[in-house]
Amino acid sequence: MTATETLSGAEIVLRALKDQGVDVIFGYPGGAVLPIYDALFQQNAIRHILVRHEQAAVHAAEGYARSTGKVGVVLVTSGPGATNAVTGLVDALMDSIPVVCLTGQVPTHLIGNDAFQEADTTGITRPATKHNYLVKDVNALGRILHEAFYVARSGRPGPVVVDLPKDVLIGRGVYQGMPATPHRSYRPVVDPDPQAIAQAVRILKNAKRPIVYAGGGVINSGPEASRLLTEFVHLTGFPCTNTLMGLGAFPASDPQFLGMLGMHGTYEANLAMHGCDAMLNIGARFDDRVTGRLRDFSPNSLKIHADIDPSSINKNVRVDCAIVGDATRVLAALIAAWKADPTKPDTGALAAWWKQIDLWRSRDCLRYRQDASPKAVIKPQHAIKRLYEIVRETGRDVFITTEVGQHQMWAAQFWKFERPNRWLTSGGLGTMGYGLPAAMGAQIAHPEALVIDIAGEASILMNIQEMSTLAQYRLPVKVFILNNEYMGMVRQWQELLHGGRYSESYSAALPDFVKLAESFHGVGLRAKTLADLDDVIREMLAVDRAVIADICVDKHENCFPMIPSGAAHNEMILGPEDEAPSGAAQPGVTEEGMVLV
Amino acid sequence: MLKALSPSQDTSTRQAVIAVLVENEAGVLARVIGLFSGRGYNIDSLTVAPVDDEKQLSRITIVTSGTAMVIEQIKAQLDRLVPVHKVADLTVEGPHIARELALIKVAGAGEKRVEALRIADAFRARVVDATTESFVFEMTGATDKIDAFVALMRPLGLVEVSRTGIVAIARGPKGIDG
Repeated sequence: MTATETLSGAEIVLRALKDQGVDVIFGYPGGAVLPIYDALFQQNAIRHILVRHEQAAVHAAEGYARSTGKVGVVLVTSGPGATNAVTGLVDALMDSIPVVCLTGQVPTHLIGNDAFQEADTTGITRPATKHNYLVKDVNALGRILHEAFYVARSGRPGPVVVDLPKDVLIGRGVYQGMPATPHRSYRPVVDPDPQAIAQAVRILKNAKRPIVYAGGGVINSGPEASRLLTEFVHLTGFPCTNTLMGLGAFPASDPQFLGMLGMHGTYEANLAMHGCDAMLNIGARFDDRVTGRLRDFSPNSLKIHADIDPSSINKNVRVDCAIVGDATRVLAALIAAWKADPTKPDTGALAAWWKQIDLWRSRDCLRYRQDASPKAVIKPQHAIKRLYEIVRETGRDVFITTEVGQHQMWAAQFWKFERPNRWLTSGGLGTMGYGLPAAMGAQIAHPEALVIDIAGEASILMNIQEMSTLAQYRLPVKVFILNNEYMGMVRQWQELLHGGRYSESYSAALPDFVKLAESFHGVGLRAKTLADLDDVIREMLAVDRAVIADICVDKHENCFPMIPSGAAHNEMILGPEDEAPSGAAQPGVTEEGMVLV
Repeated sequence: MLKALSPSQDTSTRQAVIAVLVENEAGVLARVIGLFSGRGYNIDSLTVAPVDDEKQLSRITIVTSGTAMVIEQIKAQLDRLVPVHKVADLTVEGPHIARELALIKVAGAGEKRVEALRIADAFRARVVDATTESFVFEMTGATDKIDAFVALMRPLGLVEVSRTGIVAIARGPKGIDG
């Protein structure tokens, strides 16, 4: 293409996407983006997946992004198209998922006139995105699109909106390719400061009760970061716990893994966090779901925090050693510095620490009691455990997505993730309705893999229309519903904190999920008792189509362990199966805790 | 060896004068203000104007207050906005000069009018508009000087005040982008 050759704005959009290596976009057409859909029609390089609601387009792009490490791309129209996408954008913002969302806009001369399907998209999405753009000049379009991809994927990843007025899409201009020069103002630090690394190694070498606490930043940094994390944990002999977003960053079967920490984390992980004298946080953000009551969070430890986002450091928890950098580079530097430092770690103290941890482990905090009789009610934990075991028998590569609630926490507790990018869940925003579209995105990216949405009967209804998308593209996503006829986590909080007044948490008038699946051209299965469970799981896995498996589970099962809001790690509530006298006083929920969510 | 920081943190608040160099582009001020309102930070005053046409830069001066941890957060949050080039906390980075400009309208006659003029002279306020029954004074200075002047004008027929809020710059040869 010569410098003077011009393209339409819509052609520039597709050209830029192609140059960014985009092979699939998730979208929904409308008046303002028709020029792009027209250009899409005339090419084959980029595949368009037609969703049934714009929120689902963003979650699908998140699922695609999280399972591949690439940027997910969304295309929606102006007004309601853009506003419907907002939940997905905030979800991606909270969980640091790279997404570029192209939104249509009314022509520039109508902006501000309350035109048909006009919304102030850049205004609405400003706090919902990492950054956004309104393109007013077709000659700037190419540059802005490339910048949008750069911003979405670099530093702490996140969603970026590019708002495209229709006249800019129709107008002709010169396409500017990938920029050769770095961004004028946005240049995140990726290489850690060697002095901070040295200080961290000094703290860790002198630790008697260390712990590594790793989060989603390790996953975002790429699979090499997970490999280096495993190497570092093995090198040091330290225990390792993962956040909800970090599951898979460290192999769950490894003896040094303590499981997930936080509100529904394991007894051993939370008590080790509470009792440690040195903590290495890498790529996690001291979220309130992890820390519990801040002033009693890990009171006697020296804290090291490595994060690519300087604003995450010292936000909730004051740390003693701050490392700004990309997790891969931080871990590589820590490994090198650990090996170079002549100080011998206190192996005796570490052995004693492991002895203590093993004692906590022996509480077996995830224990549940499944009645073994064939007519027994299925315990939700058991359903996930059997699903996990049967899937493992098949040896297939599996991606797990979830909706939000009890089933999500049980999935996090009972699924053993050995590799990164296999676990897709809405952590920060807690978006019910995330799992089905995210599974769709993961299945598009990995057509041969097994993709399962572990769902609740309430959450699944929030984006159930995407069953239609599954049918259109023959995506064999498996929806595994733990159906307890309640918004289970709401019911649990009402039982524990609101005197058992189950206000509006009963899932009344549910559809017949078997018939629902069939009406969407899928397969519906149901397990009513324990005797049905394994057969339903095996059949679900055998079918090469979209499946809804409706697993009728114990309606009153609660998710334990649980750190009530406003409580500290050592004030965990264990389940009814725990007979050992609780070491800590069982906490009443304080008034301070009641205002927390 | 380091000692673990106590979980109970310093809760005393301080004022900070923060200078922010930003791309001069649409929406940048909304991003900064939205950040403050969205995260519940205080804005005591805020000024903005282009400072470099060639490089397309504007400078925002924000006066805010909070605990040391909150002010550190504010700076980090500002710094990660994409169009932000540089964030400097002038309050902690050495001595700085902070000035405000105010336009103060005073109406009156007789002895009060003469008194207003006399005080304005003492404060080195300039008369930039005069009618037989009013003055507009222009005054630059530190915030407390303007506060003092405005207080003195109140009984002498103060009509209204328009103030810029603080603009600030570090003393010495270095710029914030240097």
